[in-house]
Amino acid sequence: MLGPAVKSDCDMTPFTVGLLTVLLMTAGPAVAEDKKPARVVLPTVKIEKGEQCVEPTDEMRRNHMNMILHQRDRTVHEGIRTVKHSLKNCIDCHANPKTNSVIGKDGFCASCHTYAAVSMDCFECHSPSPRKDAAGGKPATSRLDMQRDQLQRVTAPKPLAAGAPVKGAVP
Amino acid sequence: MTHIHYSEIDGRSPGFYALLGLLGALILAGLGAAWYMEHNGHWVTGMSNQIIWGTPHVFAVFLIVAASGALNVASIASVFGRDLYKPLARLSGLLALTLLAGGLVVLVLDLGRPDRLIVAMTYYNFKSIFAWNIFLYIGFFAVVTVYLWMMFERRMNDYSKPAGMFAFIWRLILTTGTGSIFGFLVARQAYDSALLAPMFIIMSFAFGLAIFVLVLMASYHWSGRPLGDVILMRLKNLLGVFVASVLYFVLVYHLTNLYITQHHDVERFILLDGGIYTTLFWFGQTLIGGVLPLVLLFHPRWSRSRPVIALAALCVIAGGLAQLYVLIIGGQAYPQLMFPDKDVTSSFFDGVVASYTPSLPEVALGVGGVALALALTAVALKVLPFLPRSLADGDVDSAIA
Amino acid sequence: MSLNRRQFIGLGAVAAAGAVLAPALKLIDLVQARSPDEAVTALKRWGLLIDTVKCVDCDVCVTACHEENGVTGHGRPATDAQWIRKVGLRDKRTGHVQTLPLMCQHCEEPPCVDVCPTGASFKRADGIVLVDKHTCIGCRYCMMACPYKARSFIHEVVTDQKPDVPRGKGTVESCTLCVHRVDRGEIPACVEACTKDGGQAMLFGDLNDRGSAIYQRLRAEPSSQIRPDLALNTGVRYQGL
Repeated sequence: MLGPAVKSDCDMTPFTVGLLTVLLMTAGPAVAEDKKPARVVLPTVKIEKGEQCVEPTDEMRRNHMNMILHQRDRTVHEGIRTVKHSLKNCIDCHANPKTNSVIGKDGFCASCHTYAAVSMDCFECHSPSPRKDAAGGKPATSRLDMQRDQLQRVTAPKPLAAGAPVKGAVP
Repeated sequence: MTHIHYSEIDGRSPGFYALLGLLGALILAGLGAAWYMEHNGHWVTGMSNQIIWGTPHVFAVFLIVAASGALNVASIASVFGRDLYKPLARLSGLLALTLLAGGLVVLVLDLGRPDRLIVAMTYYNFKSIFAWNIFLYIGFFAVVTVYLWMMFERRMNDYSKPAGMFAFIWRLILTTGTGSIFGFLVARQAYDSALLAPMFIIMSFAFGLAIFVLVLMASYHWSGRPLGDVILMRLKNLLGVFVASVLYFVLVYHLTNLYITQHHDVERFILLDGGIYTTLFWFGQTLIGGVLPLVLLFHPRWSRSRPVIALAALCVIAGGLAQLYVLIIGGQAYPQLMFPDKDVTSSFFDGVVASYTPSLPEVALGVGGVALALALTAVALKVLPFLPRSLADGDVDSAIA
Repeated sequence: MSLNRRQFIGLGAVAAAGAVLAPALKLIDLVQARSPDEAVTALKRWGLLIDTVKCVDCDVCVTACHEENGVTGHGRPATDAQWIRKVGLRDKRTGHVQTLPLMCQHCEEPPCVDVCPTGASFKRADGIVLVDKHTCIGCRYCMMACPYKARSFIHEVVTDQKPDVPRGKGTVESCTLCVHRVDRGEIPACVEACTKDGGQAMLFGDLNDRGSAIYQRLRAEPSSQIRPDLALNTGVRYQGL
């Protein structure tokens, strides 16, 4: 009569095969890590401007998506345009100075998102480039600058172009 | 009452696979068209800022309206207690589901941002009839599925009547909502009418039953099952009544508009000098979709012939598509009247009749939706026992319903 | 609780002072620029007054708007977006010719807001009607509903957006009353251009502010809405129609 060479109460073959497979799969990369380069390009996180971000780095890494989602509703629906969590402000600081963009090659947003394989919808509509100095105001480069910016906007409204009537005056 | 035996179709013949192959090819073409439209943007279609909803919407609205009407046969059985229609109730429920699925797929794939479907299903503005419709369509799937389950599951058969009543009311609300999508719009002369909602209900009766009759005849003929004249004659008479009702509503709609001087211009456009829209109205909608089916379906001799009945049903479908084309596209082509008594010109096509040519991606998407509905039906008939084994005259309950 | 005379007189004085000062406080509220971290309120309602008699046969408003908002054409007039356009009118009976700019009318009861299934088309508290592009699914129902044909659908991929004005393929857009400029205390680009280079036919202001030029002119001179029969109470009013 044909049968397994060793008779036991439970058949250990599937368990052994499974265990070996798992070990081999995990051992392989673990051993090879030092020898082969990573298959996915690691993100280029090059911060060129400013001393620090508006929030601590690890909080930004974990929560920036929630901040963006929350802030966008406040801005669009309520007109709240605080500089700290403004997307334009992020881009002003983080844009790659060579490509002038946060997406594309070595783009700050794109390289991390490509690495993590998380698609982002933002730049279908939003410009990935920083603002020029003209109408929108200079990009704030540090927390102090941001506060200064905010104070200036509240106390001294932007002067209108020459010849344009001041709002409220009789033409 | 004789016991009805339901069974799956065999579904292994070369003809069946050929049908699935053809429908599959059309579905693939539709998906390809949707990808092409989404990837490049809608400029590759014939739709524009003037003709905002085009051929895909004509097909989608047709399928959705027909889906609601396809459930009619089951409603007549469950709600109105006509036992003669009981054997047809399962197929009726199936067609309601598959036609709606086809229509919704076309609608969703034409969206500017189809990737935001989840947004559409989670953010609701309840003042919008469109939002209500999304809710009603999704609910319709659930309601009809439950209704079908009541019919299939012998232990639940007693509940099929209340389920059928619920489904009947649900679909009346749904079709009213679909008609109101247009009826609620003040912006365009051709819409803005309380008559559109009930007209859509009557249209659903006609289109849904036409498709039902065609699918019934085809599935019985191709699976070699007997379909008796008792049932078929009743269905064709019913279809004739529905077609006549649609003609009545169209008549009232236009008569009212002709009486209102303010609407004379748009009536002149549709009825006289609208070019393709006038042709489609008189030739497509009224003649082929109305008068010809009436003649075919009520003629004492011709109406007894099966090919004639099938032809009449096809004419109703063609006329229905023409009617929706005139309503949806013709209604948009006519300029919006912002400045009464003035000739208007601008760079944004104000004051002129907008031009529109259906583009290949649009037609492919619309036809793909139809193919999807039919393919789902064919597969379902093979998988579950929707069709009675025989609908011959002796086998059905021939009590006068 | 029982008050003695001193307490009662004190309370009365405070109440009287409050009653006298309250209207003045409200005025101060309106005059001060809104700081960026405050939400907009219904205290203001932005509007436009357009004098079609002064409107000349130029289109600086259109050029300025499209330049400011990054609205570029692709040589396809049927599908290219237009936020504002010049409309030429000729009376059928008298032959009188006139021209006017037409844009989103920023209605108080906007049909586009009523019909949007996701609520992406919305009216801000200060009266500006906008599209929240994050929620817009591109169904174009608002375009069907607008009596003024104000909305455009973006039919192609958009690049080179202005940082202040996000726009992307597959969503619907229309005149925003230059909300990004208004929130900074400036006036819309079309009004600025008309005043500088056009016929000085456009006036922008707060319809709720009794001291504003637009309020006073609307009160003193005749004006009308387009399609007044629809009872939408538009924020854009015309003279000479």
